[in-house]
Amino acid sequence: MADEAMEPGGGGVTKKFLYVNRKAPYGTIYALESLEVVLIGAAFEQDVSMVFADDGVYELKKGQDTTDSNMKNFSPTYRALEMYDVEKLYVEKESMDARGLTPDDLVVPVEVKTAAELGEIMEEQDVILSF
Amino acid sequence: MKFGICINEGPYTHQASDTAYQFTKAALEKGHEIFRVFFYHDGVNNGTRLTTPPQDERHIVNRWTELAEKHSLDLVVCVAAAQRRGIVDADEQKRQGKDANNLAPGFRISGLGQLIEAGIQSERLVIFGD
Repeated sequence: MADEAMEPGGGGVTKKFLYVNRKAPYGTIYALESLEVVLIGAAFEQDVSMVFADDGVYELKKGQDTTDSNMKNFSPTYRALEMYDVEKLYVEKESMDARGLTPDDLVVPVEVKTAAELGEIMEEQDVILSF
Repeated sequence: MKFGICINEGPYTHQASDTAYQFTKAALEKGHEIFRVFFYHDGVNNGTRLTTPPQDERHIVNRWTELAEKHSLDLVVCVAAAQRRGIVDADEQKRQGKDANNLAPGFRISGLGQLIEAGIQSERLVIFGD
């Protein structure tokens, strides 16, 4: 298996990849490390979408100031996703409402979907990664 | 069916590695194929050979080593996550100037591309986390 690593580009296969983000940007490493997967995965030219739900919606929140916590503020990286052809960013309506957030509070353009709509989107995916 | 397995938590603290092991073992017994087992986040801690769990408990790391040897499994520890958490093979030891290495037998360290490849090449990628 180790010798048969494929070239980025997918070897001609294109699958629908969905990344589900449900954790706040700081407090645990899941948000940061899952973003690293998305960026590395971009080289494989798959059909990528991202869902932000529960505390994951905070990952996209504007105005993150990590000066005093000495953590890297990685929210600007979400703006770079577009350059990697990752443009389908969905936020869960119920999660946004519960946290008093609107799309204007976020650093990137998003599509707001209900949980039910997200369920339908998930049904269409080939690969779902959740961290 | 061809499965990819992704384990996102370390041994003992979370059940993820146990459940993934049981799933992998059961899938193999049913004649399915395991394309790769990828360890990410704290999952990389399943790859240290230095654990000494209590005698009367399951040995999670050795169990993976044994299953890998029996079925020629590809156990891959993510290099970036491993560097953060101190899981080191002989090459990384040299490259990073460390005084030791600790990777368990049957595991290899490689990049996140291996996880993406597993998603592309497998019919199902199953994630085990918290």
